[in-house]
Amino acid sequence: MMKKFVIIGLIVSAALVLLIAPFASSWPDGLERVAINLGFIEKGEGLPVLRSPMPDYMLNFIKDERLSTILAGLVGITVMFLLVYVIGLLLKRRQNMEKN
Amino acid sequence: MHIPDGFLDPKTWITLDAVATGTVGLSVYKTSRKLRERMIPLMGVLAAFIFAAQMLNFPVAGGTSGHFVGGVLAAILLGPFAGTLVMTVVIIVQALLFQDGGIAVLGANVFNMAIVGSLLGYYIFRAIKMPFKSDKGLYISAFITSWLVVVISSSLVAIQLAISKTVALAVALPAMAGVHALIGIGEALITVGIITLVKKVRPDLMSIEKV
Repeated sequence: MMKKFVIIGLIVSAALVLLIAPFASSWPDGLERVAINLGFIEKGEGLPVLRSPMPDYMLNFIKDERLSTILAGLVGITVMFLLVYVIGLLLKRRQNMEKN
Repeated sequence: MHIPDGFLDPKTWITLDAVATGTVGLSVYKTSRKLRERMIPLMGVLAAFIFAAQMLNFPVAGGTSGHFVGGVLAAILLGPFAGTLVMTVVIIVQALLFQDGGIAVLGANVFNMAIVGSLLGYYIFRAIKMPFKSDKGLYISAFITSWLVVVISSSLVAIQLAISKTVALAVALPAMAGVHALIGIGEALITVGIITLVKKVRPDLMSIEKV
């Protein structure tokens, strides 16, 4: 029962990334708009504390922007699912150990 | 509304890092005590879905976009602590892998979107839903809470910017709350849409014990 829901959920998430993400609005978001209008946007444009492998949801070794966004999104979906799933399993294991 | 590094001053982000660490620690503890086996895959799928949905910026007004956050959705489906946990993981991965939101200000983003979104969001949702008896109440409360939480979170960002002396509160607050009152409508519609869908295909997941 849960397995089917998980598979459908992941397919829906992948479909969002494949079909909609490449066409998502590239306009500044609410906070960025306010930062531009109120003149403090440059404060956030210093060197990043840490270099991310996929800044702006792009794989920079792929030229095609849409493909790049799609792949970054699919990587993200995979990482999110696996990471949270593993954290869940670890928490469950801790719970079982405490019970014994 | 992911805050990048540089917008907040050290006293503000250090404080929020501490508050977020404590609250997320509490969420881990609470979740580990009450977590049921079948909720684990649901948490994973929700993290993946919320991440994907956050990538879909929709235009609002005047060259501005907004995107779904998902804290209230996570809270309604999972509960306040498991919801906070899932949202926290999403925000941390976004900062580390995608440079969406800063590293020093990670606590601020976790506070504004995960803790306010799921932990506070859950109790706002419960309070609004209380007088309703029917299913309609679920949708109405989900809509109001989702919108409200986006406006509250964005107002908190404005307050943090003001405390950091980045910008005056008198201009930041109406600007942030104003644009997010629009974005919040998108948040509310998506949240209600997903809940309607889950309730239709898997009504049992709605009554799963909240953590």
